[in-house]
Amino acid sequence: MKKVLIANRGEIASRIIETCKQMGIETIAIFSDADQDLPYVKEADYSFRIGEAPVGKSYLLADSILELAVREGADAIHPGYGFLSENSDFVRKTEELGLLFIGPSSDVIEKMGDKVLARKTMMEAGIPVVPGSELDLDTLEQAAEKAEQIGYPVMLKASGGGGGIGMHLCQDKSDLEKVYASAKNRAKAYFGNDEVFIEKYIAESRHIEVQIFGDMHGNIVHLYERECSVQRRNQKVIEEAPSPSISEETRGKICKAAVQAALHVGYRNAGTVEFIMDDQEQFYFLEMNTRLQVEHRVTEMITGLDLVKWQILAARGETLPLNQGEIRKIGHAFEFRLYAEDPEKFIPSPGKLNVFTYPEPTGFILDRTYTEGNQITPFYDPLIAKAVVYGETRDAAMEKAAEVFKGMQIEGVNSNLPLFVKVIKDEEFKSGQYTTSLLKKSKIVG
Amino acid sequence: MKEVTASMAGTVLNVLVEAGAAVASGQDLLMLESMKMEIPVESAYSGTVKEIKVQMGDFVNEGDVLVLLED
Repeated sequence: MKKVLIANRGEIASRIIETCKQMGIETIAIFSDADQDLPYVKEADYSFRIGEAPVGKSYLLADSILELAVREGADAIHPGYGFLSENSDFVRKTEELGLLFIGPSSDVIEKMGDKVLARKTMMEAGIPVVPGSELDLDTLEQAAEKAEQIGYPVMLKASGGGGGIGMHLCQDKSDLEKVYASAKNRAKAYFGNDEVFIEKYIAESRHIEVQIFGDMHGNIVHLYERECSVQRRNQKVIEEAPSPSISEETRGKICKAAVQAALHVGYRNAGTVEFIMDDQEQFYFLEMNTRLQVEHRVTEMITGLDLVKWQILAARGETLPLNQGEIRKIGHAFEFRLYAEDPEKFIPSPGKLNVFTYPEPTGFILDRTYTEGNQITPFYDPLIAKAVVYGETRDAAMEKAAEVFKGMQIEGVNSNLPLFVKVIKDEEFKSGQYTTSLLKKSKIVG
Repeated sequence: MKEVTASMAGTVLNVLVEAGAAVASGQDLLMLESMKMEIPVESAYSGTVKEIKVQMGDFVNEGDVLVLLED
């Protein structure tokens, strides 16, 4: 592998470029009209305009991207996260052109991308799944009947969904009646597939996921778990590793379950198995993300490994660098996703990032999409940067976070920096015993 | 005639009302998707929907007129 085209933008493009540089691999970046001044465009060895600002006219143009890759002599594609990363057609086309796709096989991506099929596959693998429908639900009557069987409250979800989009909480039948038609419409608009299904809603839950890795020789390892329960709008805001709230016994079980899931589907490359956990530490499969995740940095911090490097090695057909017994975790890490948004109502706030300053990055990593003076446009997710801090203990990592935030200034757009300043002082967060409802508590937000 | 405009650029995800419908101030008229989030567009006025200027899937810029209302 000599030249990689990165089919993505922003901080994750920069992240991939960083590792490629260390490995002596050249990089090709693509950018839309809205992104031409972003840091990653300058960091890549080569950069090409791919289209207009809306994603449908730029970062989702699979054929144009592959054409460019072939023309410029790339021998591999790194999809990053989002965009085309979980698009099995894109993966198939990449392989047909004789390019390496840095990620899992198209078959696994397809299987896990359909949430109903993923649930079924996991049940076959002996992994507990959230009680719910085994089939897509075609009519409101079917949905209501299933909801009645499972018992309210339920979540109505898009089968093609993920990333917190396309989910609707229904407390009772009248809620379900209200959202059913629009949920199907939205699923169609978002995912090109209007199939929906129902899952039992688990209140006071925690969202815990396990990083797994596979190679082409059948080896699968886990790189421990991440706690991702700090969420707004069902999307993650803060992640930490290891989880501060689970017992050693549960950690062992959940990591083992993730490996079992990956083995069952013959997984290769980087992946994440997401679970929801109730207050009794019972966990259930939620979904599998067949790509590198935004929050992979916290795992890198506690294991000392470079996951992008592992992805490239695995894509080249090499054996995983370490076996399970050689993978250790030390210390504690947090990731804070700095978003351009109102810190209380979470409404996005595009605009010019007039000021963005932060302390010298010692003892922490700042992966940024935007730098001071950049325009944050409304076309993409509002992530300004990820601040990732490390400490020998959880308390030390939190102290580090406080220090970073104290020295950080963001002006020109609203940001959720004030929210983080509050969260790290919150007693429940500090105790580590928090659930996904943390940010809904009035003392933090509002 | 009153205009309901987009407060930010985004894609029209869903139109929740039809022409001729009576709407109340504060009611959601349509959903926009911007920066990976669903953002409801509320009516600032009460009235009757005269015309819906956009449809599902359209990309709108900040300030674009989405819906026309009459008293």
